Amino acid sequence: MLSVKPRTRLALTAYAFLLPGLALFATFMIYPLLKALQMSLYEWSIFPGRESSYVGLANYAQAFRDPIVTLAFRNTLLYMAITVPGQMVLAMIAALLLNSIVRGRVFFRGLYYLPVITSWVIVSLLFKYLFEWPNGLINYLLVNVFHLIAEPVQWLYQPSTALVAIMALGIWKGIGWSMVICLAALQTIPPQLYEVASIDGANAWHRFWKITLPLLRPTVVFTLVMLVIGAFNVFISVALITGGRPQHKTEVVLTYMYHQAFDFLDFGYGAALSYLLAGLILVLSFLQLKVLRRPQELY
Amino acid sequence: MNLRRKFWQDLALYLITTFGAAVMVFPFLWMVSTSLKQHAYVIENPPRLLPPDPTLENFVKAWAANNFQLYFRNSLIVAIITTSFAVLFPAMVAYAFARFEFPGKEIIFYALLLTLMIPGLTLIIPQFLLAKALHLRNSLWGLIIVYTATFIPLNSFLLRGFFEGLPRELEEAVLIDGGGYLTIFLRIVLPLSKPALATVAIFSFLFSWDEYVWSLTAIDDVSKRTLPVAIALFQGQHGTEWGLVFAASLIAAIPVVAVFVSMQRYFMSGLTSGAFKG
Repeated sequence: MLSVKPRTRLALTAYAFLLPGLALFATFMIYPLLKALQMSLYEWSIFPGRESSYVGLANYAQAFRDPIVTLAFRNTLLYMAITVPGQMVLAMIAALLLNSIVRGRVFFRGLYYLPVITSWVIVSLLFKYLFEWPNGLINYLLVNVFHLIAEPVQWLYQPSTALVAIMALGIWKGIGWSMVICLAALQTIPPQLYEVASIDGANAWHRFWKITLPLLRPTVVFTLVMLVIGAFNVFISVALITGGRPQHKTEVVLTYMYHQAFDFLDFGYGAALSYLLAGLILVLSFLQLKVLRRPQELY
Repeated sequence: MNLRRKFWQDLALYLITTFGAAVMVFPFLWMVSTSLKQHAYVIENPPRLLPPDPTLENFVKAWAANNFQLYFRNSLIVAIITTSFAVLFPAMVAYAFARFEFPGKEIIFYALLLTLMIPGLTLIIPQFLLAKALHLRNSLWGLIIVYTATFIPLNSFLLRGFFEGLPRELEEAVLIDGGGYLTIFLRIVLPLSKPALATVAIFSFLFSWDEYVWSLTAIDDVSKRTLPVAIALFQGQHGTEWGLVFAASLIAAIPVVAVFVSMQRYFMSGLTSGAFKG
């Protein structure tokens, strides 16, 4: 050991600490990531011993021609476009409310957070039950209690209304997460700022737009980026509530990818679909950070 | 501000907050109510929030049903072992990042960061083939190893941030006394980081307890199933037995709620510190 330079010895110590974690990470995350890219370029054979044939970008070309892929991307984007602003706005309102009440803040925060900690499987089954036809609770409330519609709606059997149920679930389940993050950020704003603004005659509306929101900007940007990534990952709710039915009309990218891979065993095509989605997410995350972050906020 | 106006303003705030909380909680109340109903009342129209003749029959039936206790045990084994690995290994990675300079530091950092942005399902096809090749399919170890690997990036980042904030004086004292880095890690860094380790442990436990997709994909053997898969399949097979489905769901949710309620402080601090570190 004496002949080894101290710097080298420190680096070796560091590698010893990294070893178990990074070995697992490299084997079960990085290798699959690269393998999926390779598979997406092959007509992948699932039978051992049978050669897989290299097909170049054929799987990607097929994806662009596949009408269900177009639909799945459209549904995914729609889910993102509705659930991200929905969660963000409602979470911000909830955070402002909780920030302005004194007693019971922790209690209410716990209640708003309940859907976040409940597993996707359970809440998906729960929403499936709530939106049942004809006797689900939602139909009962709309028809018999609020008299908003005359007949019960077959929510989960028509593409557009099924997506409404799935997006409602996405918003309801996600509010608590964004709210907790916004609430913590709100509590770092010094109250003196608001007092000074009040003396200058700013009302609550002005105080929100001129003080709260600018100071919360980094938090909001972070939350938005995470929510967008989360929205593109939508899978379990769709898989369990509609399974893509009817006729693949409610399919999102990942449900269709899973379907291709594990029902049709078309691994090459499935890998190509997941790479298209991953690419879209990376580009969008990068753009959001570029557009929404001011230069001085590069932390 | 005028006191009377303040009173009405506070009242309005509480009313709106309570209304919001009711919307968040009501579906769960409905689930509990359904689980306490006899089957005849579950499909009755109009539905009733308060179950007539409430009964624990569904819970007894779910708990005694085929293999439920086995699934509960499988889930518990997977969640506990995953949690211990998903705390220890990332803590070691985080320590190396917080205190050492080594060749390749930057590229490893970016590799970890990259996988945080990519959907986990992008990896599922190769992971499936890998698990098959390594005889990890139909084994709880296949779940534990993949869950742990999934947690390496996030947990390493969270812990690195915490470790960097620890004072270095104690560590230097150990070195002067002739102790090594392993001693520092085990005797100083880990004990000082209990809150951060608790946070990471909670998230890892909840994730592995609830994970569905990999478990569904990697396990065919009925006796190796975990609870989320079992519950989803059960609903698929017994479409209208909602009382039973929700009784099973509620039993499955007990560890989650217990962990959340008892450790809410760590939970929330972890969430927000992660947020601000980016």
